[in-house]
Amino acid sequence: MSDVVLVRSLLLAIPLAFLATRAMPRRLPPAARLVLGVGAGWLAALALVLLVPVGIMAYLVSFAIVGSIYAVIALGLNVQWGYTGLFNIGIAAFFAVGAFTSALFTTTPPTGAAAAFTQQAFGLGAPFLVGVLAAGVAAGVLAAVVGGPTLRLRDDYLAIATIGIAELVRLIFQNERWLANGPQPFRGIPQPLSCLVRDAGCPYLPAPLMELFAPLAPRDYTYVYLAITALFVIVTFLVLERAIRSPWGRLLRAVREEEDAAAMNGKDVARAKLQAFVVGAVIMGIGGALYAHYMVAIDYSHFDPLYATFIIWVMLMLGGSGNNRGAIIGAFVIWGVWTGAAFAVDALRPVLAAISPELPARGPYLRLMLIALLLIFILLFRPKGLIGEERFVSRHTGEREA
Amino acid sequence: MESTAARRTPPRVEADGAQAALLRVERLSKDFGGLRAVANCSFSVRAGTITGLIGPNGAGKSTLFGLISGFMRPDDGRVYLGGEDITGLPPHRIFRRGLCRTFQIPREHKSLTVLENLMLVPPDQLGERFYNPLLRPGAVRRQERELREKARDVLDFLTLGHLRDEYAGTLSGGQKKLLELARTLMADPRIVLLDEPAAGVNPTLMGRIRDRIVRLNAERNITFLLIEHDIPLVMGLCDPVIVMNQGMKLAEGPPAQVQGDPRVLEAYLGGQYGAADD
Repeated sequence: MSDVVLVRSLLLAIPLAFLATRAMPRRLPPAARLVLGVGAGWLAALALVLLVPVGIMAYLVSFAIVGSIYAVIALGLNVQWGYTGLFNIGIAAFFAVGAFTSALFTTTPPTGAAAAFTQQAFGLGAPFLVGVLAAGVAAGVLAAVVGGPTLRLRDDYLAIATIGIAELVRLIFQNERWLANGPQPFRGIPQPLSCLVRDAGCPYLPAPLMELFAPLAPRDYTYVYLAITALFVIVTFLVLERAIRSPWGRLLRAVREEEDAAAMNGKDVARAKLQAFVVGAVIMGIGGALYAHYMVAIDYSHFDPLYATFIIWVMLMLGGSGNNRGAIIGAFVIWGVWTGAAFAVDALRPVLAAISPELPARGPYLRLMLIALLLIFILLFRPKGLIGEERFVSRHTGEREA
Repeated sequence: MESTAARRTPPRVEADGAQAALLRVERLSKDFGGLRAVANCSFSVRAGTITGLIGPNGAGKSTLFGLISGFMRPDDGRVYLGGEDITGLPPHRIFRRGLCRTFQIPREHKSLTVLENLMLVPPDQLGERFYNPLLRPGAVRRQERELREKARDVLDFLTLGHLRDEYAGTLSGGQKKLLELARTLMADPRIVLLDEPAAGVNPTLMGRIRDRIVRLNAERNITFLLIEHDIPLVMGLCDPVIVMNQGMKLAEGPPAQVQGDPRVLEAYLGGQYGAADD
């Protein structure tokens, strides 16, 4: 077993160990669950790295990265729609603002000849985590600005406002050259911890740690980034589960169900909605930042309603709105269906050509149709998604208290 | 639960020795388009009473509840609770001053369990701020435990104990009425406005609701103002009774007196007591 296999498996073990730990039977004591889960997760990671051909593995890893980014955003939508019933159909706005904010914070403005071709409002050269934080704050502020006036009104107004703001944000990034290089791609967004896979290494990491990662080559960077996005999914999930299974989650569900009664029971409905809207938007902004640092170059076209709003709604609907596990599962399943459909359309090329010579060129639209059909089937046959909502909101309510 | 209880103030005593009005409505008016639902209506509810509010359909009773509890803004007039002006405050602020209401058609939180419907109610819960379950899980858990105990007591008192883990949406109409009453009790209110507590409730359950209202009034000094169409219930339970007609107070007094008032009969039954009308 070569060193590089070991390091790859260790990185891959981060999400797998988490999944395995959660899958362990509840009867076991927590420590045993942790040890067994980590062991099983790492073994599974090792098996994948050893047995699956390198090319396919590389594909799977980048698939999982995008899946994780979508999972983060779906978790954000779940706070807004799943728990609070806020109809945000402008996810793209918060996604884009997060992505561009982190990009602006972490890059340095171009100098010399490059300055003639690239423009950006500012560039702070800040570390990745600062960029992510700024992305969350920027998206949260946008949510407060949009939600402040509209959340007091009927539900429809939020939908109208969000769809409008998403278009507005996209058009701003398309047309305002000074802001983030206008219609041209914004390039050179740094990859966090990419020094791990470079010969020079990371100066801020202790030497033994650097030695561990030494076998990694630049093409292994996706493994590093998967570990990062997986950590973000895990932390977001755990934080939300904690916050939701509590009086806060109960308050949100009550507001979703019956606003007037919640108000009559002394709850400030507008404030609860605004809180949920902002918290969800912050998470979406963080997802945007993760996206930017993965893509390295982004432009306005990445944030069209299809990829940045619609598909995330389908993910949440399929997984089960009102359930954080459902949001994550939905993100991966729908992203799988979406990418798988591309292969299917490719494979069906001859058949499509036989039906009509123009059809193969319109393959991408078939994918869209497929996703739309899937959404209809979900709503008809599985309206609560793969896993629905749990009966008890607060962890401390049922008899099952630990 | 003292920390979360609505602020109580002792009933005030007026100069003439009579118990002061806990709730006072002054020249309240509300128009819907051209319709005058509440017209220059004034009355007061004395602390410690079970006051009935009756009147024919469309007299403006439910609108009045909406105006008092903050769901609608009056076009004119003031509402005072314990001497303080609460006109135009949002419902959650009025609730915090000790006024609760129920709805004519129960508005339970369907996908919350009965127990959680109750646990929702107490104000200023630590865990309602999303960061507290993360930062102070121990304190949130302790408070939840207290709330659960209290919710169980209230449910047992209202004979809903066996349903506590059911979704509120699955309860029967009468049970939902009880649930509405139960929720108000979680807040330790000074005054409860009940909108037709007995409508659509079977006689057994109705007797139970009535019995609980009497006990809450006697044992915990909660003042009630209730709208009801069941005249025998009102006559047996309420004193005084206020009669509304066409958005105004028509009569007020002890049940027997109101019952015999020709104006009241006329309002309900029409001119000449409706013998030939309609």
